[in-house]
Amino acid sequence: MIAIVDYGMGNIASVRTAFERLGYQVKVTDQPELLRQASHIILPGVGSFQAAVAEIKERQLTKVLQELAEEKPFLGICLGMQLLFETGYENGITTGLGLIPGEVKLIETPYILPHIGWNQLDIQTNQPELEAFQDQHVYFVHSFQAVTVPDYLAATAVYGAEVPAIVRKGNVFGMQFHPEKSGPVGVQLLKTFLEITEGE
Amino acid sequence: MIAKRIIPCLDVKEGKVVKGTNFVGLRELGDPVEMAASYSKAGADEIVFLDISATNEGRQTMVDIVKDTAEKVFVPFTVGGGVRTIEDVNRLLQAGADKVGMNSAAVSNPELITESADRFGAQCIVVAIDAKRVGDKWHVMTHGGTKDTGIDALEWAKEVERRGAGEILLTSVDTDGVKEGFDIPLTKAVVDAVRIPVIASGGVGKPEHFPEVFQKTDVSAGLAASIFHENTFTVQEVKQVCAEKGVMIRDA
Repeated sequence: MIAIVDYGMGNIASVRTAFERLGYQVKVTDQPELLRQASHIILPGVGSFQAAVAEIKERQLTKVLQELAEEKPFLGICLGMQLLFETGYENGITTGLGLIPGEVKLIETPYILPHIGWNQLDIQTNQPELEAFQDQHVYFVHSFQAVTVPDYLAATAVYGAEVPAIVRKGNVFGMQFHPEKSGPVGVQLLKTFLEITEGE
Repeated sequence: MIAKRIIPCLDVKEGKVVKGTNFVGLRELGDPVEMAASYSKAGADEIVFLDISATNEGRQTMVDIVKDTAEKVFVPFTVGGGVRTIEDVNRLLQAGADKVGMNSAAVSNPELITESADRFGAQCIVVAIDAKRVGDKWHVMTHGGTKDTGIDALEWAKEVERRGAGEILLTSVDTDGVKEGFDIPLTKAVVDAVRIPVIASGGVGKPEHFPEVFQKTDVSAGLAASIFHENTFTVQEVKQVCAEKGVMIRDA
């Protein structure tokens, strides 16, 4: 069973259906017992970093999520990916989950923000499982980006700046774009995440 | 590189896709969810639903269509038409829409833009602007392009950006339905006036009109309805023509 963390930030119908179509049972929940039973944890999210952290705290999920990330495959999507980092600078300074070293800051680009639309993945050289996704387009909607060291970058996109698209530290993954809105490529990426983390 | 987006628009009345927004001789074309799914398979980068229902039942049906679409279509979609209050915005987002479009209500009550963007985030608020050339300016039109508000379209575009809109859906009342191409001067003027993505709409008669607007302006996306509905051209054909002309598009 795959658990999608329900914490009131953005709609998750498409994320849920995408995993169901891949043949998995999915539970959308904020209950720690159910989350602990899951094989994989998915942290979605649309909105601001600060608001998301407040919602997680209100549900007393911070520690639960940090523990789960040590035990099972964990995927943050969009804002959910940003929350994996230590500090966010959207609407003030907020402490994130701290699962991957780094910060979340406004994209420094000469181009217009938000970064909305289909942009290409540039897969980093140390990511053989993701090679097939080189230059594929995926759907981004965001104004803030992760700032981290190359060790944790699995893929980037170019938007007048190098924007982290897929981050990875052990079994903790993050996708800045919306795989559930990225057509067949996005569904394939979710499948690849499940395959890479199989047996971990 | 970021791709230019090709967006089919579906006009929905009382739960059915209809041809044309003028109320004379409306023809039912099919089921909105099925049509959205088929456009998405053909490579549409996004889908726009424009609800032209006149009844409350029709509006409620739209919410069900949104729920269904969120489960069946894996590209982003926007819902507009008849959005008057922040509760309307909330209902459509809760049902699964990625973005909500507002038009006349934003003109009569600009606070709606600000409040919606503050509450739900700029990325999901699309303000639709219908503009018509008047002398050497463009005026904002409301009520399906029939009522001249006297407001300068470029000033309005800047204001909706300031109020937090994430995107502008720009329709030229002058070229809409004429099928001789997008309104290049209007599109260029609005794109150059703001720092948020603009979607051009109105005037597409053939695939070549898309690369034309992408090459002559910095617009982010192009929207069309009738050429796709009538199956005159498919999204794939449009994308192929764009690719041949050197426009960056998403292969799908």
